[in-house]
Order: sequence, then C-alpha cells, then structure tokens
Amino acid sequence: MLRYTLRRLLGAIPTLLLVIVLAFLLVHAAPGGPFDDQRVLPAEIEANIAAAYHLDEPLHQQFLRYLGGVVRGDFGPSYSYRDYTVSELIGRSFPISLQLGVLAILLATTIGVMTGIVAALRQNSPLDKVVMGFAMTGISIPVFVIAPVLVLFFAVKLQWLPASWTGSQGSSRLLLPVVSLALPQIAYVARLTRASLIDVLSSDFIRTARAQGLGTATIIRYHALKPAMLPVLSYMGPAVAAVLTGSVVVEEIFGIPGLGQLFVRGSLNRDYTLVLGVVVFYASLIVALNLIVDLLYGAIDPRIRRR
Amino acid sequence: MSTLAKAVAHMRSSKTVMMSGGTLCAIALVALIGPWVSPNDYMTTDFDRLLHSPTFNSMSLFGTDDLGRDLFVRTMLGVQVTLVVAIVASVVSLVIGVLYGATAGYVGGRVDAVMMRFVDTLYAMPFIFFVILLLVVFEQNFLLIFVAIGAVNWLDMARIVRGQTLSLREREFVDAARLIGVSTPRIIIRHIAPNLLGVVIVYVTLTIPQAILIESFLSFLGLGIQEPQTSLGNLVSGGVLQIENASWMLLIPATLLAVILLCFNFLGDGMRDVFDARRSR
Repeated sequence: MLRYTLRRLLGAIPTLLLVIVLAFLLVHAAPGGPFDDQRVLPAEIEANIAAAYHLDEPLHQQFLRYLGGVVRGDFGPSYSYRDYTVSELIGRSFPISLQLGVLAILLATTIGVMTGIVAALRQNSPLDKVVMGFAMTGISIPVFVIAPVLVLFFAVKLQWLPASWTGSQGSSRLLLPVVSLALPQIAYVARLTRASLIDVLSSDFIRTARAQGLGTATIIRYHALKPAMLPVLSYMGPAVAAVLTGSVVVEEIFGIPGLGQLFVRGSLNRDYTLVLGVVVFYASLIVALNLIVDLLYGAIDPRIRRR
Repeated sequence: MSTLAKAVAHMRSSKTVMMSGGTLCAIALVALIGPWVSPNDYMTTDFDRLLHSPTFNSMSLFGTDDLGRDLFVRTMLGVQVTLVVAIVASVVSLVIGVLYGATAGYVGGRVDAVMMRFVDTLYAMPFIFFVILLLVVFEQNFLLIFVAIGAVNWLDMARIVRGQTLSLREREFVDAARLIGVSTPRIIIRHIAPNLLGVVIVYVTLTIPQAILIESFLSFLGLGIQEPQTSLGNLVSGGVLQIENASWMLLIPATLLAVILLCFNFLGDGMRDVFDARRSR
C-alpha cells in the first residue's frame, strides 16, 4: 500500500507541473503587456511598473519566481483588483464555492446511487426505461440551461425560492444553485450505478449467495454494493471537475460571489495573474482529488494495488 | 464499401438512430432555410418592437429581443453556428485523435507507453479552464474556438483508436503490407485508419454534443461567439437577463439546445448499439 501511495503521489507531480508550465506560457505569450493602455506612459514609469511586477526579468526567471510563490500558496498580485493579492481573492471566494460543490456532490451521489439501484433491480421494466430516459435528458441538458429554467419556474413564476444570492439569507438561497449543479451528476451517477450493479449481479459470487438462500436486500447490501460502487468512486474525480465548471455559470446566474464568478470577472477584465492563479488552483484541486480517489480505490480494491 | 453499406442498413433498423437522426436533420434544415425565407434579418434593431412575444404576424414566430431584433432568425442563426462549430471541432478532434491513437497503437512498445502516459496526464487537467485562458489571452475569433474545442476533445478518441489498432496490427493484411515494404506512416493512413471507421463514427457522434456544450458554455459566459453574431449559448444568456419580462427569450433557445444535445447523445448511444451488435456477432 505504501509503494502504491508513493507511486500515485509521484505521478501527480508531473501533471501539476505541466499545468503550471502550460498556463504560465500561455499567459506570457499574450500579445502586449498587461498594462498596455490607451494612455501612453513615460518610459521611466513603464520601466518602474515592469520592475515592480518583475516583468523585466527573463522568462525562465519569472517562471521560477512564480513556481516558488505557488508552492508557498502565493499567486502574486492581481492586475485588476489593485489592492489585493490573487491568494486573498481566492481565499475569500473559495469557501462559498466549496459549500455549493460539497452539497451538490453529496446530493448527486445519494440520489444517483439510490435511483441506479432501483433501475438495476427492475432492469428493462417500464420504470427502468423511464428512469434511464430521464438520466439521458439530465446528462444532455447543460447546467446553464437547467439553472435559468429552474429560476424562471421556482423563483419568477411560483416565487417559492429566492432568485439571487444577495437579496436573501439562510439556506433557501442555496437550494436552486445546488440542485442545478447536482442534476446532471445525479444522472451520471444513476447510469453508472445501474450498469455496474447489473454487471456485478450477474457474477458467480452473487449466484453462490443466492444459492445460500439470501434475500435480495441482503445480497445488495452486503455483497453487491461494495464492488458495484467502484466505478462510481472513480467517477468522483470527473464529477468534481464538472461541478467546478458548472459552478462558474451557476455563480454567474445566481450572483454568488464565489470562485467561479471571480474567474469569469477576471477573464472578462483580462486580469492575467488572477486567471492564471485560479486555473492553477483549480488544477491542483482536481489533481489532489483524483489522487485521493485513486488512493481510496486502492484501499478498497486490493487488485489495483498489486498491478 | 460493403462494410459501410452494412452499417447503414443496421442504422436504419435502429429506431433510436432514425428518430434522433431525423429530428436533427429537420432542425438543421429549418435552420438553413428559415433565415432565408423570413422577411427579417438577424441584426436590424427595431425600437418600436422591443420584447414582443411570439406571434404569427410578419413571421415573428419567436418574438423579438430587448433590441427589437427578430428572434426566429437569430435563433436559427444560432443553431447554424452551433452546428458548424460542433462539426468543425469534431473533425479537428477526429484527425488528431485517430492519427495519435493509431500511431501509438501501431508503433507500440516504449513509444506507445510514453504517448499514452501523456494522454493520461492531459486527462487530469481542467481543460475547460485552459480553453478560457486561451480565449482570454488571444483575441476571441471563430477559428480559435474551433481549434480550442477540438484540441480538448481528442483524448477519448485517441484511447479508443489505440485499443482498436493494437488488435488490427496483428492481422494478416497488415503483415502483408509490411512484407512488401510499405512504410509505417503509409500503413497507418492507408490500412489501419480505414478499418477504424466503425468506432470512429460512434465516438465522433459522442464528441459532437461535448463540442456543442463547450461552445455554448463559452458563449454563455461572453467568451465565445461575439455580437451581433450569435449562438445558442449567447441567446440563452440573453434570455437570462430578460427572465422576468420575456420568458420566451430563455425558453426557446434553451429548449432547442437541449433537444439538439439530447438527439446527438441518443444518436451516439444508438450507433454504439448498432456497431457493438455487429462486432459481437
């Protein structure tokens, strides 16, 4: 297990490094400097600005400086929010996105797994067909379509729930954003659970368990569920990535001051350091989560470790 | 081309494939002809007809937007843009994915290991954020959006194609080609690639909705197609702004986008069934 853990840890580092190098190079390949303006500044002032942001150094030196900063959790100053560092901006907005994301993932796994089990047990029944039809619809409809349509019905027409974050308090303002984020993931998890449970239920050890006279509920609970959950577990990496992507639009639609909104504002303002910082932060988060999922997978399934 | 003929025959026997394919063709046809037939055009503003709800008068089937522009023509234009982006991006990902996967699978050994390790590394990256970064850094233009989306989508294709190639390269006709001295690039292009047709068709159908999703996501955020041009993503985001006054501005493009994506997903699923059934037989 220790060797497996070490190997996975070492595997994550090149990915992360590649992300940082690519993102850094992209931003520095941008035509024109970050402070190019209509207003022409005197040459000395421009030189001073460049020196203050270390833009006068050669590229590799800038990169090493940046990398050193990232390791210490310092993403440099923001270009458009002049008095803040990128780390401060991320630190302020990330907890809000984290809350949304965790709730959405929890909702998606519980409902998705339950629906998947029901569909698998009634395989090819009308109920199964209906559930899978809904799942296909859920997968197809993007978050930025689901969210505004939910707002239109539940906030504008029925007025049951608040439409925006700032105008309300309490947990009711969380409901619509979390549901919009979770819906496509519920569909994915349900499909995965169904397929993998059907697969497991047709294996030999389940036949043996049936031959011993165990009931369906017992078989599912004590024998089939654990192996059937492995694909769902490995889907958690992509699910988190999808929820992060989704939160970008959901935060924009509901006006939630989270990391996604920060990223969009940064993109539209061409705040290079901010966008770069958020990309590196997102990437680290996803790589870290993939690592955790891999390790959990190894802990649950001994076959993986030995490979 | 008898394999192709057989595949077409199988597709025609699948209800899912025919229905989703037919719906898509119908949508594409209306999107092509609609703007041409309509007396309105996509960018003329009319301040006497702001936010008019859909009527049958003067062909204003989908109403007008907050600048008085005709939404039927704009929506059809959006469908056109969405479909074109999807197809071009899929072709880009197809070319990269097939060449990369076929090379890795055919050459094999250490080259294969390194190439697939690279794909694994790319898999772990948050691509959508890279696309956004790309669009922030360089000026947003049509071409860049195509390339960016295609460059994101080739990974799955490369993996699938590699797997198929591994089994293809052991076949006799490849041995025969090698024996008479055909060069490796030529074997890959002339002998391996055409035999990948089945899987490639299935996975292209499945990457098209992903490409549409990325394009409309970017356009929704204002980073994709720029005004006065439009795409379904732009139209949905315009609808969000008028959600309290003009629900049709949201619901029409949203429904259309959902239907297009659903049809492509069903089409891909159906195609997979068709080709899997053929393989297992």
